Amino acid sequence: MIHIIQLFWDWITQSANWSGDDGIPNRLAEHLWYSGLALLIAAAIGLPLGLLTGHTGRGGFLAVSLANFGRALPTLGILVLVVLLYGVGLGPVLTALILLAVPPILVNTYEGVRGVDADMKDAAKGMGMTGRQVLFKVEVPAALPLILLGLRTAAIQIVATATVAAYVSLGGLGRYIFDGFQRQDYPMVVGGSVLVVLLAVIVSLGFLALRRLVVPLGVRHREKAV
Amino acid sequence: MIRFDGVTKRYADGTVAVDALSLDIPTGQITVLVGPSGCGKTTSLRMINRMVEPTGGTISIDGEDILSKEPAQLRRGIGYVIQQAGLFPHRTIIDNIATVPYLLGWDKKKARARAMELLERVGLDLRMAKRYPFQLSGGQQQRVGVARALAADPPIMLMDEPFSAVDPIVRKSLQDEFLRLQAELKKTIVFVTHDIDEAVKLGHEIAVMAVGGKLAQLATPEELLAAPEDGFVAEFLGGTRGLRRLRFARELDAEPAASTSEEP
Amino acid sequence: MDLHGEPLVRWNWVADHVDLFATLTRQHLFLSLMPVLLGLLIAVPLGVVSVRWRWLYPPVFAAANLLYTVPSLALFMLMLDITGLLSPWTAIIPLTGFTLSVLVPNVVDGLRQVPDPVRQAATAMGFGRLRRLLQVELPIAVPIVMAGLRVTTVSSISLVSVAVLVGQGGLGQLFIEGAQKDFPTPIIVGIVLITLLAAVFDLLLVVAQRLLTPWARTRRGTP
Ligand SMILES: Nc1ncnc2c1ncn2[C@@H]1O[C@H](COP(=O)(O)OP(=O)(O)O)[C@@H](O)[C@H]1O
Ligand SMILES: [Mg+2]
Repeated sequence: MIHIIQLFWDWITQSANWSGDDGIPNRLAEHLWYSGLALLIAAAIGLPLGLLTGHTGRGGFLAVSLANFGRALPTLGILVLVVLLYGVGLGPVLTALILLAVPPILVNTYEGVRGVDADMKDAAKGMGMTGRQVLFKVEVPAALPLILLGLRTAAIQIVATATVAAYVSLGGLGRYIFDGFQRQDYPMVVGGSVLVVLLAVIVSLGFLALRRLVVPLGVRHREKAV
Repeated sequence: MIRFDGVTKRYADGTVAVDALSLDIPTGQITVLVGPSGCGKTTSLRMINRMVEPTGGTISIDGEDILSKEPAQLRRGIGYVIQQAGLFPHRTIIDNIATVPYLLGWDKKKARARAMELLERVGLDLRMAKRYPFQLSGGQQQRVGVARALAADPPIMLMDEPFSAVDPIVRKSLQDEFLRLQAELKKTIVFVTHDIDEAVKLGHEIAVMAVGGKLAQLATPEELLAAPEDGFVAEFLGGTRGLRRLRFARELDAEPAASTSEEP
Repeated sequence: MDLHGEPLVRWNWVADHVDLFATLTRQHLFLSLMPVLLGLLIAVPLGVVSVRWRWLYPPVFAAANLLYTVPSLALFMLMLDITGLLSPWTAIIPLTGFTLSVLVPNVVDGLRQVPDPVRQAATAMGFGRLRRLLQVELPIAVPIVMAGLRVTTVSSISLVSVAVLVGQGGLGQLFIEGAQKDFPTPIIVGIVLITLLAAVFDLLLVVAQRLLTPWARTRRGTP
């Protein structure tokens, strides 16, 4: 442990690692760019589908099965296959990242919305809310903890997979790990690994902070992972 | 007046929950639907605000068929209170109460002022306003449920076993305050319960329903206790303290009650 | 798609390498199930003490959360410093960490949802603390723990293939082979086998749960 910290410190304090294409700022920016884009697109797909299946109660079994299947898919295999079939490039890799990130978003949104207390939905409807109002004024706020949890799981997943994606010649922090491995430069491997760990932790904490910010106090104690 | 005219509800699975129900619910009074579990009380109630659509017959409010209005529109003019209150956990008490005013597009200030007024009306401390539902007891939540239903001052209130989930002492105080409130407000109230004592205590008129969704008897509490229409009604009354009230009523009428052993 | 005439799956290659698949599958199962087993063995006592001493749970939960967050590839790489390229522990230890991150909160949730009246009734009937734990509380917690076990087993079976990058990946080898030779067949075989293994073990756990908790069966399907 001490050794790792020592290696990391020595590596990160070398000014050469802070400039150019292979510098930390650039690699970090790449990593954030792929991850952010993938999360955005995955959310654009997973959230509406989750809201729809959860609100109507239809297609839920499919959503849950899809999530389980997604968990079983080996990320490395998917990445190398996609690149072999469609070539190196942002498009194919992004597709793989999205493919793996949609299921947790979809299924948590679905479970969140579906799990909203039936009496509460009944009361909402009985007071004259339209279907859309019930969804957005009642179901979504009450399901927000789970929805955020799904987004967080997806984000963590994406950051991790984007690291592996460096194996198929993508940029990002994973480059340090694979280049370092190739050149038998272990400090570089450690540098990349620790940076990835830090990034993942910061992303995760970011979602916790977001939760504090947007989830109403009244439903905050209801969170339950899926 | 709410009029049921030959109303039938057959669910998709074939269950006939309500069978050719004809019933007039007078304006400004409490009409109680009472009967054993599964006899179609909830279904009848929910057909009034179109939470359930009848499969036969018509329901009208003041002569106007309820089908002539958009369901959401119709519901905003009818208060609705259910057993578990169904409060929104993500909204503070005051915002829960102001739900319908918000839906009707009142401005926030006016809606909240109204909500505060109601909070007081239903006997809750004004400091509850900023709390969330999980911070309230069951009885307090139920009061909020009533306040929420009253918020837009709807002429009609539908109440489905609103006091059933709380303990007897709290229930009694909720009932008392409900009667006090109604004496001021004079709403047209349809109140569902399976508890004949509650029905007798609250109702101007009581509609006893039998399993299969049939109306067994429609009467004032006094009439009902004095002269149950048939064996079913008598038995339903008899299973509870209602029987004692029945004897009591008969004794008052100085009619000799057959086969009672409690005579002085 | 640009495969230079190479078919997606070359079946004769598959037929020629059945032995290799068998060996890799064995390795794969060892590397992926070992962490689940170890994780369970650690998570149950850790969960029990975190319920018993409430102050212990927040730090344990935070640690679990952290472990869940950390990408396994990075952990594999950092493990190299301690265990080296040739040791299976390079893969097993980080995956055990991941397993713990899911199982510990599950054990705690499972134990916490034991209804208080049940606990009190057991005490009133003369159960000692340990006996109550073993015969009443843990069995009631089984369904929730099982849910966690299914997630970790499936995840572990798919995650471990990344460990091939530190020389320990079971079926993950097929991905490297395919990537290095521009040859899709082994990659597809690897994906299919891993997904199948995950499905088979998930099913086994479902069956095990049904046998272990017959009382929970009727709860399924009720709204
Ligand atoms: N959505 C539904 N689908 C099918 N049957 C229903 C449905 N809702 C209620 N029922 C059935 O209709 C009958 C009356 O139900 P309900 O109106 O809830 O009775 P009550 O409120 O008097 O207990 C019962 O037999 C019940 O099982
Ligand atoms: Mg009912």
